[in-house]
Amino acid sequence: MDFLALFDLSVLDSTVRLTTPLLLACLAGLFSERAGIFDIGLEGKMLFAAFFSAAVAAMTGSVWLGLLAGIAASMALSGIHGLASITFRGNQLISGVAINFLAAGMTVLIAQDWFQQGGRTPSLIGGGRFEPITLPFANALNGVPFFGPIYAELISGHSILVYVSLLAVPGTWWLLFRTRFGLRLRAVGENPAAVDTAGVSVMGLRFVAVGICGILCGIAGAYLATGLQAGFVKDMTAGRGFIALAALIFAKWRPWHALWATLLFGYLQAIALRPDIIEGALGFRVQVQLLDALPYILTVVILAGFVGKAIPPRAGGEPYVKER
Amino acid sequence: MTAPAIELKGISKAFGPVQANKDISIRVMPGTIHGIIGENGAGKSTLMSILYGFYKADAGEVFISGQKTEIPDSQAAIAAGIGMVFQHFKLVENFTVLENIILGAEDGGLLKPSLSKARKTLLELEKEYDLKVDPDAVIEQIGVGMQQRVEILKALYRQANILTLDEPTGVLTPAEADQLFRILGRLKEEGKTIILITHKLREIMDITDTVSVMRRGEMTATVKTAETSPEELAELMVGRKVLLRVDKEPATPGDVVLDVKNLKVVDDQGVERLRGIDLQVRAGEILGIAGVAGNGQSELLEVLGGYEDATGTVTLNGAPIDLTGKYSDGRSRRDRGIAHVPEDRQREGLIMDFAAWENTAFGYHRDAAYTSGLLSNNAAIKADTAEKMERFDVRPPHPHLAAKNFSGGNQQKIVLAREIERNPDLLLIGQPTRGVDIGAIEFIHQQIVALRDQGKAILLVSVELEEILGLADRVAVMFDGQIMGERLTTETDEKELGLLMAGITDTDKPHTIAEIEANLAQAHGNPHKEI
Amino acid sequence: MDVMPKWAEVILVPLISLILAALLSALVILAIGENPVEAVNLMVTGAVGSTYGWGYTLYYATNFMFTGLAVSVAFHAGLFNIGGEGQAMLGGLGVALVLLFIPWPHWTIALLAATAGAAVFGALWAAIPAYLQAKRGSHIVITTIMFNFIAAAVLNYMLVNQLRPAGSMDPATERFREAVHLPSLHEMLAPIGINFSKAAPANVSLVIAIIACVLVWLLIWRTPLGLEIRSYGKSGRAAKYAGIGAVRITMIAMLISGALAGMMAINNVMGEAERLVLNAVEGTGFIGIAVALMGRSHPFGVFLAAILFGFLYQGGAELALWTSIPRELIVVIQALVILFTGALDNMVRMPLERIFLAVRTARASKSVGPAE
Repeated sequence: MDFLALFDLSVLDSTVRLTTPLLLACLAGLFSERAGIFDIGLEGKMLFAAFFSAAVAAMTGSVWLGLLAGIAASMALSGIHGLASITFRGNQLISGVAINFLAAGMTVLIAQDWFQQGGRTPSLIGGGRFEPITLPFANALNGVPFFGPIYAELISGHSILVYVSLLAVPGTWWLLFRTRFGLRLRAVGENPAAVDTAGVSVMGLRFVAVGICGILCGIAGAYLATGLQAGFVKDMTAGRGFIALAALIFAKWRPWHALWATLLFGYLQAIALRPDIIEGALGFRVQVQLLDALPYILTVVILAGFVGKAIPPRAGGEPYVKER
Repeated sequence: MTAPAIELKGISKAFGPVQANKDISIRVMPGTIHGIIGENGAGKSTLMSILYGFYKADAGEVFISGQKTEIPDSQAAIAAGIGMVFQHFKLVENFTVLENIILGAEDGGLLKPSLSKARKTLLELEKEYDLKVDPDAVIEQIGVGMQQRVEILKALYRQANILTLDEPTGVLTPAEADQLFRILGRLKEEGKTIILITHKLREIMDITDTVSVMRRGEMTATVKTAETSPEELAELMVGRKVLLRVDKEPATPGDVVLDVKNLKVVDDQGVERLRGIDLQVRAGEILGIAGVAGNGQSELLEVLGGYEDATGTVTLNGAPIDLTGKYSDGRSRRDRGIAHVPEDRQREGLIMDFAAWENTAFGYHRDAAYTSGLLSNNAAIKADTAEKMERFDVRPPHPHLAAKNFSGGNQQKIVLAREIERNPDLLLIGQPTRGVDIGAIEFIHQQIVALRDQGKAILLVSVELEEILGLADRVAVMFDGQIMGERLTTETDEKELGLLMAGITDTDKPHTIAEIEANLAQAHGNPHKEI
Repeated sequence: MDVMPKWAEVILVPLISLILAALLSALVILAIGENPVEAVNLMVTGAVGSTYGWGYTLYYATNFMFTGLAVSVAFHAGLFNIGGEGQAMLGGLGVALVLLFIPWPHWTIALLAATAGAAVFGALWAAIPAYLQAKRGSHIVITTIMFNFIAAAVLNYMLVNQLRPAGSMDPATERFREAVHLPSLHEMLAPIGINFSKAAPANVSLVIAIIACVLVWLLIWRTPLGLEIRSYGKSGRAAKYAGIGAVRITMIAMLISGALAGMMAINNVMGEAERLVLNAVEGTGFIGIAVALMGRSHPFGVFLAAILFGFLYQGGAELALWTSIPRELIVVIQALVILFTGALDNMVRMPLERIFLAVRTARASKSVGPAE
């Protein structure tokens, strides 16, 4: 048996890559839900962004234009969610469901119309993808025992969006807990009436939060289609939006905890790709279906409160109606 | 002649078919306290919401210090020097006092400089107006009195010159209310203008300089407080002469119906909400439970009504009732002859979207009279509802109308009819006249007294001392989950009960506000509760 | 205050929402270079232009009635069951197990047993999220979503590793026996002289679905339990006051909901495929959400909405066959219906309320009556 193989560099390396979209989506959800808007449409926004980033990257050959298109697409869906749940005080969960289906349907519809390849985009090549970045001294340090390979293979050699997602964690923390905007954002998720009577627009704040959520989901989707993979395929988010949501609950809506939670789920996804390693480490075969279902089962266990109780922002899910 | 601090001219506002404010004009001079009094639903709060930019008036103008001012939103109201202390505080519960104070009035994008500046300003304001708060305390851990001071400080921090308070004493003990009025007096001395909205005549008489009376969305009169009387104000409020007293004979109590011993309740957070309650209610008497909201009265009703598990013993006519397990729910209580008119009729007693007939069956919907086989007997329920509506003079008498379409008083009559008509041994009744117009109050009080005279036991919970003193035969005062003392209503007064409500049992000795405050601060948990 | 009359509430609002969804869908069709009018023509001919088309439309409608009722019952209890998909998958497993391992002599008994199997499996799959919601406060929306994914894994395991006949590469069970074949509409209508298409899959399950609509109506609007479910859905505090147990109602409502979603399997698994295949449910559980919203959670509304969606589904399939419009158009329409009838409800309602109010005030000022 080889337990250490469970933490093989290649597994950890793919953990980092698989964590990235989860982390970005999780932070996206964090902004929205901290402002009191539940968002189960993370999945749809990522999918929409994945398609538009891949499509634009394929057509222009520029991954950066692709990224912008992805962000714009995701924000368009955020706009719909905001319109439904903020302006028209609709049910936030139902709006999220609608957005997921809208993205699932529209992506294939448009892909078929634009590319006629059965709902996918052409494979991205060259400038159409985010290439890995080699951090300074990575090659030089590779010879240093233990830390060398960790730096060279695990830390270095990812696409720029991976580093963006990691920097987004302290960034989110700082924004939430050290700035005026963060104070107001947290307040509007706890008691919108307090914000309103203080002369600050509840709608404005919530739209900004939902907008940031759109941007982050956009980056997550773009990473999926142009970084992690080379092009868009139907339903390529494969439940990641829901796993991110689960991670958000696990993290109790806190940025640093979101990093740890998504790393855990990213690791589970990475290890599920390597049944050979699991068999080597545990001495028996684990059904591949069990591995697929594990993040979801774990989420249910977390939700059941067996791993600490998660208390969401108090005004979450409730549309704000002015009253005395 | 100086310009009024604030003047409203011809303000009108309709919500759908309801005219909440109709051509309202009012002038308040600087450095005075102006009261606005009226029944629930008279339009007082709508008027203030317009003043604070929450609603846009359909017609009318606002002048601040003689200047015509548009108030499209709260931002504009704050800029015009208007501060507002709402009935339900608008504080972020898990923020500190300081964070709540700067929220919306920060200096610059970073928090640190804002917080240190606010800390300094706060110290100055504290000294100037004698308003003590702990800037680093988290809101959910401080008492209501202090929360209210935070709200006042919030307004002063924004340099408000006109301070409006909406029903500020609802959650305070009489002593705390006195302290609030002293603060208001001090603010007035400093030249601030104060508008006090209340439905309590006594407060108006005690503290205001002038008073306006509102009725059904209209301003019926504005008078100098010194030149009017409570009776006159009451008449102006209702539009006819009213009895401020409940007409009843002395009680003739019989056997003990409800016997409660050492009743304890612990809430989800592990805080003990009831800390060993002992009380008895006899047949043919009304026991009133007085106390500041949030001291365990609601929990007492909830346990007796079967919402919540508890420990201790409770017997009804000598036989024990279950406090935990399968037979401790509301249905079992009804089967045992306990009827319950809950404190919050809109969220508990009624389902607002249901028709009156469905609400009449609610809780008793499995009664033999209301079912046939597996199905509900809707025809029988509707017929019964029509009869009950007639007997209780519910208007309009339409069983098909949804509960939300009735006025507060008529909603309460629907609940009361449902509960009383079942001939219970014990009636639990919470805040029977909250949000009910004066006309209906008289009717409801008469019904309760009539039930008592039929030899039923009644447990009445109310935060209105006046109501308890008028209606109950005996009164028990609750503080911090305990009973501080029992008195006959004929042998006590508001002052004595007020001290008991603050947790002070040696009511003969004189007490200072500081003592009362210290006592309140020691109370377990946070006595504030949304009501 | 009720501003709008009831007929506007139950007919006008959903109708306008539907028209908005249809208009946007037409724009989508235009945008991908097809003619919406032609598309509608094709859909109508394909879905209701022949008994073959009707046979498919009604077959899909049967599925949607079950899943729409499932979502509706949960809605009445204030619960949002997004897990219809997973519950229907498990229902299929229940049907397959009942039919594969017991040699039923006749389809009638087999149908009863299969219905029971489907209902029990669907209900059990709903029971766990229900229990976690009732006892541990886990948000039922999230747990039911998770259970959809877990159900897919369970079904995958059962079909790939357990139920697949030896030598077959296809992740599906073997065919059910001939004796349990359900009469199709063709077979049912032939004796009374109606010549219904032989190839269409609509079958006797449609009758069961209609009976389910009636029973759910009775349950919700005509029984004390129904009042309890609706009360709990409107106000948890009021339910507590009345002695209506939260755990009990959550469990009962979700068990019924899961059972209804599971029962869809008698139509698609027993009636149509006559074996259990991997993607038997194909998003029908989710369409239940749109159907329930469209039908305002009323069984009669669900019945009509299910037929409408059956039409869209069959029409969409025809479109995909004859034009370059992919079947995913249906998913878009479904999303738009959910959006307009569910989330953007107020966008339709608020202007309507204003109109009704204006009309009423105008009328009131004409006839001098007592003001409210």
